[in-house]
Amino acid sequence: MRLLTHNMLSCNIKGVTNGFPLRLEVEKFVEKEVDFSAEFLRNIFPKIEWKALVDAARSMGYAELPDEADSSMLDSDDFLKKFHHALLELHLEEGALICPETGRRFPVNKGIPNMLLHEDEV
Amino acid sequence: MSSRPELQAPPEIFYDDAEARKYTSSSRIIEIQSKLSERALELLALPDDGVPRLLLDIGCGSGLSGETLSENGHRWIGLDISQSMLNIALEREVEGDLMLSDMGQGLGFRPGVIDGAISISAVQWLCNADKSSHNPRLRLKAFFGSLYRCLARGARAVLQVYPENLAQRELILGFAMRAGFAGGVVVDYPHSSKSRKEYLVLTCGPPSLSTALPSGKGEDGETCSDDDSGDEDNQTVCISDRHRPRKKLKTTKKVKGREWVIKKKEQMRRKGNMVPPDTKYTARKRKARF
Ligand SMILES: C[S@@+](CC[C@H](N)C(=O)[O-])C[C@H]1O[C@@H](n2cnc3c(N)ncnc32)[C@H](O)[C@@H]1O
Repeated sequence: MRLLTHNMLSCNIKGVTNGFPLRLEVEKFVEKEVDFSAEFLRNIFPKIEWKALVDAARSMGYAELPDEADSSMLDSDDFLKKFHHALLELHLEEGALICPETGRRFPVNKGIPNMLLHEDEV
Repeated sequence: MSSRPELQAPPEIFYDDAEARKYTSSSRIIEIQSKLSERALELLALPDDGVPRLLLDIGCGSGLSGETLSENGHRWIGLDISQSMLNIALEREVEGDLMLSDMGQGLGFRPGVIDGAISISAVQWLCNADKSSHNPRLRLKAFFGSLYRCLARGARAVLQVYPENLAQRELILGFAMRAGFAGGVVVDYPHSSKSRKEYLVLTCGPPSLSTALPSGKGEDGETCSDDDSGDEDNQTVCISDRHRPRKKLKTTKKVKGREWVIKKKEQMRRKGNMVPPDTKYTARKRKARF
């Protein structure tokens, strides 16, 4: 699971009002090279919760992202490269996602988070 | 036993390891699913600017539908309730991210972040109550409500479905409309029992020009009764959409056929007018556009 996906996910257990961001429990992460597209990054940037991305990347040992970002930075190739790497090339392979409100743990195996809810959570 | 998988077992049981492998090794299924996905992507009508988008593939299975999205340069997140199907997707090294998730429990995404969604041959599963705790109406409501919320305003969702009957189609469409979507059902090849395919084309946000429903592919028996050549140009409209004014349908019915044109030309010739000869191009059908 990429940090892009992590950045979009929010816990939807019944009654949870702020299910974002899911805390990352990293047992194993992998890096996979992905084709670079500046247009994709510019298009997605306004939808990214920046702080969540910075924290998630740090939890995988990648600390190159600036603490704050605004759209003027999208003109910098250096910024785009780092953004690309954090967003698309870092994958959580084994570990878990933890709901910030309830502490519920969603296990991640082989890169696939299990987001199935129990009956009393729907 | 029924030929509908939906009536045999819940999806996570029906699509077990054996079925997931069988499904994904059939060249016939691969071809059908990729055609359906191509068409769904076309109906999504993303801006033609070459920008890769972030899309959802709902009920992504082993990734056959998602692959079409990758081939067209988009990034996608696929979710499915069957671990066996997702395992095959991993094995095939699909490019999208995968999630084990039940769409009937609602999609857990932040509001407004997704550029578009497709779902190929999956949503009709929601009409079944596979567990005592399942209420199809509540599950459809949770699904469409959460889908509406996570899509960007103006974004589309195109869901290719196999409803069991008219009531199921109305049920699915009804919950989509109640969630706030505009749109309706596009039917391709409505007169062929084999090729007939239905797509719910849904737009997020208030009705506007961009929410006008595109046309279906395939012959419309009523307008082509005098032309049985069955060539590929016979792409006419057949849609069922409550929001579209009747007038549109009537205008297509009034189109004169080849016979009528040839008769008129003959009449003009008899009057001594210069009239171009009749060829295979005379009064031929034009490609439908949208
Ligand atoms: C016919 S397959 C289609 C798979 C893929 N879209 C394709 O085109 O090959 C239907 C898929 O829908 C999935 N499905 C059924 N009910 C679901 C649900 N409630 N939530 C998520 N996926 C579901 C099944 O597990 C199965 O993989």
